[in-house]
Amino acid sequence: MLLIFMLCSVALIARAVNLQVMETDFLQGQGKARYLREVTIASTRGVITDRNGEPLAVSTPVDSVWLHPGQVLEYPENIKPLAALLNANAEEIERKLTQRSGKEFVWLRRRLNPDVADKIRALNLPGVNLQKEYRRFYPAGEVTAHVIGFTNIDDVGQEGLELAYDSWLAGSPGSKRVIKDRKGQTVEEVELIKESVPGSDLHLTIDKRLQYLAYRELKSAVLKHGARSGSVVVLDVNTGEVLAMVNQPSYNPNDPGHDTDGMRNRAVTDVVEPGSVMKPIAITSVLENGVAKPDSPIETSPGYTVISGHTIRDHNNYGLLDTTGVLTKSSNVGVTKLALQLEPEKMWDTYSRFGFGEATGTGFPGESAGVLRNYRRWRRLEQATISYGYGISATPLQLAQAYATIANGGKLRQPTFIQGSNNPPISAVDPGIANAVAKMLETVTSKAGTGSRARVTNYRIAGKTGTSHKASASGYAAARYVSSFAGFGPASNPRLVCVVVVNDPTGDEYYGGLVAAPLFSEVMTGAMRILNIPPDDYHSMLVDTDDEIISAGGD
Amino acid sequence: MNSQILILVLVLVADISSALGVVYTRHQSRLLAVELGALEARQDEGLAEWSRLQIEQGWLADASQIEKTARGVLKMQQPDTTQILVVRP
Repeated sequence: MLLIFMLCSVALIARAVNLQVMETDFLQGQGKARYLREVTIASTRGVITDRNGEPLAVSTPVDSVWLHPGQVLEYPENIKPLAALLNANAEEIERKLTQRSGKEFVWLRRRLNPDVADKIRALNLPGVNLQKEYRRFYPAGEVTAHVIGFTNIDDVGQEGLELAYDSWLAGSPGSKRVIKDRKGQTVEEVELIKESVPGSDLHLTIDKRLQYLAYRELKSAVLKHGARSGSVVVLDVNTGEVLAMVNQPSYNPNDPGHDTDGMRNRAVTDVVEPGSVMKPIAITSVLENGVAKPDSPIETSPGYTVISGHTIRDHNNYGLLDTTGVLTKSSNVGVTKLALQLEPEKMWDTYSRFGFGEATGTGFPGESAGVLRNYRRWRRLEQATISYGYGISATPLQLAQAYATIANGGKLRQPTFIQGSNNPPISAVDPGIANAVAKMLETVTSKAGTGSRARVTNYRIAGKTGTSHKASASGYAAARYVSSFAGFGPASNPRLVCVVVVNDPTGDEYYGGLVAAPLFSEVMTGAMRILNIPPDDYHSMLVDTDDEIISAGGD
Repeated sequence: MNSQILILVLVLVADISSALGVVYTRHQSRLLAVELGALEARQDEGLAEWSRLQIEQGWLADASQIEKTARGVLKMQQPDTTQILVVRP
């Protein structure tokens, strides 16, 4: 028995000596090949979808190649085939590596095409490594570029909602310590250092179909009128949700470049002096404070009036109008005479309840608050000009918010881009007055009104045109305009608000009624169809299912 | 004495078999770790494929593409309002 023990001990000791002394080199080599490594666990950035779940921003893995300078420089002959695959200069790479030979990590090229990455992987060169990274793609490209924005090369949001909701979308990469064998296979996970948290998806209120429609129509209108820029905003009246928001010029978010001018979401970041589209706000104040009723007469003859030495003009002498007619004809004289009967404080109060002078609170990066000066600093002339939309500035989104308030029976809902946002309705205006103004605005799209081209067949549309001179360094520029239209429909049960702003049309046509109103009509016509919104009096359009359909469908 | 040796032998046997057991389970766990790694890689590949397909679908089903095909290839046109009837349900 003892003998067996001793034999065993001797055998063990002999083996130990053998391993520790004789085979050191072999074993140390083995040890180097399999040691502990810390690997990062990538986390995917969340997907951004539209309201119907259509993807608008998706991250997908791509390979980037990095070099271990020391290891690569041991075999300098390997640099040439590598450079050839990347269409790069081999000498330049070698120089770069020599400069950084003390380092262990140098990016060579990021975000490779998959086929190039496969070829590099097949070369299997020492010190040449591929690292998986995520790249973001925007299938709708320039159509959604301004709202969504884009991420930089490290997948960090730079603009738009990618920036505003970066931490929500990003998630956080984790890391773990593992043992790998010499083939690079993980044979054991030693410990989880940090769990990887995938980014959350973001569901927008944008409807991709409306977005595309609005973009197509805006682009062609801007082109047709030689305009410098333009914006279209479509809101859901009842919820304040942004259904579409497009601007011109735009850019390709898949390859943003450095043209920052085209990157601004003008509908939110840029203010305009709205001009006549502000008149309904002044008229709301007039009605609220009992200065006039919708049918109260107001004399606009002789088509101009002088306030503090400045002449305020109408396009024509409209003679005797009523308050409704002031809106129908867009009479500056009429609205001035009415507004000047208001106490500045009351008028300012109405404007601010509609959200002017204050950012809408969407949290969109770079959102502008517009300018509504405090009533204490209003002079008489200023009060007059503010009534028809000069001396005040607002973003297209603010205008949409104000018109949605009129359309929504006086309840203001903060515009939102994200589904399920908490934006409770706030009572801004008395429902009776809001409805009265809405009714007055319907006359604008009548034959006699300035906005007849904003009409949508089979739908009643309420809205207002605007044409304002652009402010420039030397006062108001004579031949530079902002052409706008703001309105909603169907008037009997408003569902959509649409605001159109076209900046600096250079053609012969520049009036809001000629430039912006037709664009509004195109966008609304398409939107009503896409969203299946019934016409106001579809009951009178109903036909029975008989051969009439076949004859109508034939042809 | 005899019983002591017996116990010693038993303990030895238990010791060696436990050691072998450890070796065996360790080996198993490494095999499983490799398999897990492979499965995780497949999952990643699947997710990557899914994201690529989403992007591809987004592009192919883009309204501008559909419109181009509808108007250009299929010669379709949008019915104007006079061609639309609302059927009484």
